[in-house]
Amino acid sequence: MPDPTSLYSEKVMEHFRNPRNVGDMENPDGTGHVGNPVCGDIMELYIKVNDNTITDAKFKTFGCGAAIATSSMVTEMVIGKTIEEALEISNRAVAEALGGLPPVKMHCSVLAEEALKLAIDDYLAKREKQDGENE
Amino acid sequence: MLPYFNDTFGNPSSIYSYGQETRGAIAEARSKVASLINARDEEIVFTSGGSEANNFAIKGVAFANESKGNHIITSSIEHHAVIEPCKFLERHGFKVTYLPVDEYGLVDPDSVRKTITDKTILISIMHGNNEIGTIEPIADIGKIARDAGVYFHTDAVQTVGHIPTGVNELGVNLLSMSAHKLYGPKGVGALYIRKGTRLSPLIHGGDQEKGRRASTENVPGIVGLGKAVELAQQEMTEEAERLSFLRDKLITGLQEGIDHSRLNGHPVNRLPNNVNVSIEYVEGESMVLNLDLEGICCSTGSACTSSSLEPSHVLLAINLSHELAHGSLRFSLGKWNTEEDIDKVLNTLPGIISRLRAMSPLVKKP
Repeated sequence: MPDPTSLYSEKVMEHFRNPRNVGDMENPDGTGHVGNPVCGDIMELYIKVNDNTITDAKFKTFGCGAAIATSSMVTEMVIGKTIEEALEISNRAVAEALGGLPPVKMHCSVLAEEALKLAIDDYLAKREKQDGENE
Repeated sequence: MLPYFNDTFGNPSSIYSYGQETRGAIAEARSKVASLINARDEEIVFTSGGSEANNFAIKGVAFANESKGNHIITSSIEHHAVIEPCKFLERHGFKVTYLPVDEYGLVDPDSVRKTITDKTILISIMHGNNEIGTIEPIADIGKIARDAGVYFHTDAVQTVGHIPTGVNELGVNLLSMSAHKLYGPKGVGALYIRKGTRLSPLIHGGDQEKGRRASTENVPGIVGLGKAVELAQQEMTEEAERLSFLRDKLITGLQEGIDHSRLNGHPVNRLPNNVNVSIEYVEGESMVLNLDLEGICCSTGSACTSSSLEPSHVLLAINLSHELAHGSLRFSLGKWNTEEDIDKVLNTLPGIISRLRAMSPLVKKP
């Protein structure tokens, strides 16, 4: 039974109160930036990649409780995954891991997925460029 | 109001004695409401709340005066219960001017005067704004409306029972109020209709409320409204003074304690119970949730929960950026708030903000 006095699940509130992996990252291998002040949510996601595996992830978010919780959750889910596995993470998976999100907040999980995809794209583009330079 | 759920349950339209008893209770409530706003008893029509009163005033005047004109003047910071009926009327051939406001949320009476045409049938400007607390120059606009011979409605849901709302002093033909904004029950309100004002009913049916509003009366609600009005009348002056002191203490404390913050709304012409601030680099809901965890209830104009994702139209109308509108917090003070509550907010909020700013990508790295 969802708690009728709360908009959010316990898990969302837990991540909101104690977000994991908050902060800046020195020389990230990939950065994803999504959202804008008009819609009220801005996420920045940074990843470190070693041998095709995401070894660290950090985020900074301006946004509501769901935006902060989904950012926190997606960083937690992605650490230790290979690039291919990380690309499989969908917004639904993030929402489910948080015990669900209210329908009006599902867009926050979409932002989290997009931020992750952009960070990976950034990493892949950088690597390609590097490979090109090394050839 | 409780006896009117059980013991005194007669239908006021019936002639048996039970019915007469509830009839008397309604009449008493009507007199109390009329007395608070210096109106006559027969000028008060009970409604299901402020939204119905606003809809009744606006659509009622529009449909009853269509032959005279089709132009309505209102402001860009009205409550949705005024804006939406106006939009509805626009879809039915009426023309509506939504006047802009200045940075404090004030409507310029002169702009009202200049906007009136020979087709204008109604001016509707709210008395006190529910989000930013600004009190509009209603008496000045009232004079302009009277000189022009145009009906003037004010949505006084935020002000009735909190500051003086005499209908002659304000110069209005129509005034909306809601019981729960003065500690009365939810689901009941009233519309003041100056004698001689032509308007069509919103609800057609029986001849309750002299045919102006059909439907069996919400007797417990009406009695509750009457009692709330009676108490407000006794306590208003003192309570407004007390709340204004708390309000100003909170405003000053927030401005001193939190850098990169601003007050929204007028610093002086302001509801005694309203504080609205915008705090840069942080989003409103995340502040509200954190404050709630500390036992402090407030709200935000950020619209992360609305499907449109658009922040408050009022905050955008006073020219706040989207970022500042999303970073707004509104505190509504009431009769049970004390100075300790203000201290608690002032002690709690700065820590929440520095925590949220530490995770905000909008804070520029040093």
